[in-house]
Amino acid sequence: MATVLREVPRADEARAELDAYLALNQKKSLLRFLTCGSVDDGKSTLIGRLLYDSKMLFEDQLAALEAESKKIGTTGGGLDFALLVDGLGAEREQGITIDVAYRFFATDKRKFIVADTPGHEQYTRNMVTGASTADLAVILIDATKGVITQTRRHSFLVNLLGIPRVVLAVNKMDLVGFSQERFEQIEADYRRFADELGMGVVTAIPLSALQGDNVTSRSDAMDWYDGPSLLDHLETVPGREQSRDGGFTLPVQWVNRPNRDFRGYTGTVAAGRIAAGDPVLILPSGRRTEVQRIVKFGGYQDEAFRGQSITLTFTDEVDCSRGNVIVSPDTVTQIGNRLSATLVWMSDEPLADHRSYWLKLATQTASTTVSRIDAVIDVNTLAEDEGSRLELNGIGRCVLDVDRDLVGAPYAQNPTLGGFILIDKLSNATVAAGLISEIHRSDPKDISDPGQHIAWIQGPAAGQGAEALRQRLGALGRPVFVLTEDVLDQGLTSDLANDPEHASERVRRAREAALLLARAGVEVLVTVPASAEEAVPGRVLDAGDLIQESDGEWMI
Amino acid sequence: MNAQTKFPSLTHLEQLEAESIHIMREVVAETEKPVMLYSVGKDSAVMLHLARKAFYPAPPPFPLLHVDTTWKFKAMYELRDRVARESGMELIVYQNPEAKERGINPFDHGSLHTDMWKTEGLKQALDKYGFDAAFGGARRDEEKSRAKERIFSFRSASHRWDPKNQRPELWNLYNARKAPGESIRVFPLSNWTELDIWQYIYAEEIPIVPLYLAAPRPTVERNGMLLMVDDDRFPLLPGETPVERSIRFRTLGCYPLTGAVESEASTLAEVIQEMLVATTSERQGRAIDHDGSGSMERKKQEGYF
Ligand SMILES: Nc1nc2c(ncn2[C@@H]2O[C@H](COP(=O)(O)OP(=O)(O)O)[C@@H](O)[C@H]2O)c(=O)[nH]1
Repeated sequence: MATVLREVPRADEARAELDAYLALNQKKSLLRFLTCGSVDDGKSTLIGRLLYDSKMLFEDQLAALEAESKKIGTTGGGLDFALLVDGLGAEREQGITIDVAYRFFATDKRKFIVADTPGHEQYTRNMVTGASTADLAVILIDATKGVITQTRRHSFLVNLLGIPRVVLAVNKMDLVGFSQERFEQIEADYRRFADELGMGVVTAIPLSALQGDNVTSRSDAMDWYDGPSLLDHLETVPGREQSRDGGFTLPVQWVNRPNRDFRGYTGTVAAGRIAAGDPVLILPSGRRTEVQRIVKFGGYQDEAFRGQSITLTFTDEVDCSRGNVIVSPDTVTQIGNRLSATLVWMSDEPLADHRSYWLKLATQTASTTVSRIDAVIDVNTLAEDEGSRLELNGIGRCVLDVDRDLVGAPYAQNPTLGGFILIDKLSNATVAAGLISEIHRSDPKDISDPGQHIAWIQGPAAGQGAEALRQRLGALGRPVFVLTEDVLDQGLTSDLANDPEHASERVRRAREAALLLARAGVEVLVTVPASAEEAVPGRVLDAGDLIQESDGEWMI
Repeated sequence: MNAQTKFPSLTHLEQLEAESIHIMREVVAETEKPVMLYSVGKDSAVMLHLARKAFYPAPPPFPLLHVDTTWKFKAMYELRDRVARESGMELIVYQNPEAKERGINPFDHGSLHTDMWKTEGLKQALDKYGFDAAFGGARRDEEKSRAKERIFSFRSASHRWDPKNQRPELWNLYNARKAPGESIRVFPLSNWTELDIWQYIYAEEIPIVPLYLAAPRPTVERNGMLLMVDDDRFPLLPGETPVERSIRFRTLGCYPLTGAVESEASTLAEVIQEMLVATTSERQGRAIDHDGSGSMERKKQEGYF
């Protein structure tokens, strides 16, 4: 049928109004949220109602909804909003893997992307996938049932993925007579449990998805409730990006080299802010340089923030390629080839002993093996048990060894540098999601050349030089120890007089202490005065040079 | 805005833009020979603009591929050639030689027209040039069944979509690994809605085919659709005479298969305003979606986008 759209007013006044309205609409913010609930808690009804009430439905879709509601609806002929989002039943029957369905709606203030995770068999895998990009989680509870095992499971996963905000949507309030007492009891139950988990901010809202109470507007049936409606809350709650911060971090995606005169480093800013002229380090080399320009289409921009996809140029020619991470000197990262991480297994084929997988962390890809499963977590009881197997939907605390140094960070600190996937080398399937808790170097016995980790800082300002270097190495996430004469005098050399006669013995003891520390994976900066012959193994550095900060490449 | 905020948060369009650019750069970094499917419509226009931003100051490091049916609107061919020139990208136009030889057309051959020109044509073109990744402009909001689509969608060596073997997509980490012969379809606009597309075109002043804006055009009404008589290949039925109406299109494809809406919205701002008060969804204008529900799913399995 040919469609006639509504008449548009064409007066100048209307036009000015239109321009203002469009300008406002261009400036919406974006909130990505995840809905979790067990089957029949009313998740589809709730999402369908949000779509309907925010007028995201067109007449043809509405007509189809009315017809389907009459035919197969569960609401006695009234509009069954669940049908709007229930496009997945058929696929499930056909065995098609659906992990997440994404729905979109918008109000004048915000655009929303809803990650809807259907099915219960694959719940962990699906939820983790949906949660990985969410700013907020809506956890549904059926008011007639209260907090149940599934609620705990959902909350555990939401917490694991670091979603900072949770809405506890207590649904079907109409079935409990809109009782304040019932709501408060459920809220209290939940908060007790959320506190145990150490969850972020929880906002509890009583609602009826079916009847629309407190969904898009405040309900008359619950005048005892003085909080916002669900939509009001979603429209005003801060997004994840506003609530997280950190030093500038840019995993390099691709180097743009159209010709000899231009070399741009591209990527999406994972944290912090950067401006032209700012000093940066390139990890893992630790090379220091300066941002010359932030290039944008047809020009330059003064600064860039978390979330933007940008192109940087440097003031000098440095070695920097895909997989490197550009950071501010004050950004805290960890570098190493051994990861302690939580793995969520997503493949039908269980984790195999000694099999090697590809690990993708930000833009770094390396080969890895899972060398240890320390504990397996039961998502229903949250108990951690010893275990040696990780199967589909299993969650374990593991240790992974990687074939080279990776630049990362604990997931809770920086999700981009802390969240990774594992890829099966044969099937190329994504088999696991990983969340880093710590990065270290593999066992000290593996450090074959401890001299690599020892520096003799010499010169009148040795202490100051060591401090400058300590800060730089610290920024790279390296454990550093400054071995001074004062430290030695506390015990190791307390029996030696401080005179030239005993100087060489003092150096010998300093060297032995440094070697022990270096073997344990620590970078040792020795400030004890030593001659060139004595200062072995390790490198001799002039404190003056270090203070000038001209060279960041040392030992990195 | 709250006091702790150190820097402004991005608007929804800025975030969508950043995500799409990120996806494109990942594909270029991780695949051998990518290509951008360019259909000349508004989604293609946005996708191309984003690609130019992603790789600036270089032109995007892949060609544009137009799988042509010879039945597109004249205005589409004009814009296509202009845009290819301006972007500095190579434009590959592919027409299925068999469809050409047999004179396959939308008036006489129904759904065979789409199968041969588009579905088969696309597979042939990808094979001929050996592309292992193809950007497409599809969006998840277009249809209920697309809501669950991955951004990276894997195809077997015979271009079949294996729905049981798609990969979970976590954070912004995309797994682009594949076996020799396999290829990926990548949808960088997955999270955009029709309204986002229009707002972005408006904000960035992206050139689009003028048919998206209302103007008086010769039309006939057939099977409940308003069709534009774009050239003299349009066979008029007895009693049919083209009538001039002020129309525009919400989606563009082969002109005999694309329904217009009557409208006075002759500027982008007016189109967006109409969009905000619109009462029908954009897919209503597409003949392809009318032949039975679930047909989208089937077409995709066969290799049509
Ligand atoms: N009384 C009442 N019923 C509800 C409410 N929300 C959902 N339902 C009903 O609960 C059933 C399951 O809802 P549905 O949205 O399909 O649940 P899902 O499995 O979580 O997606 C349906 O029969 C709904 O009509 C509510 O707020 N009150």
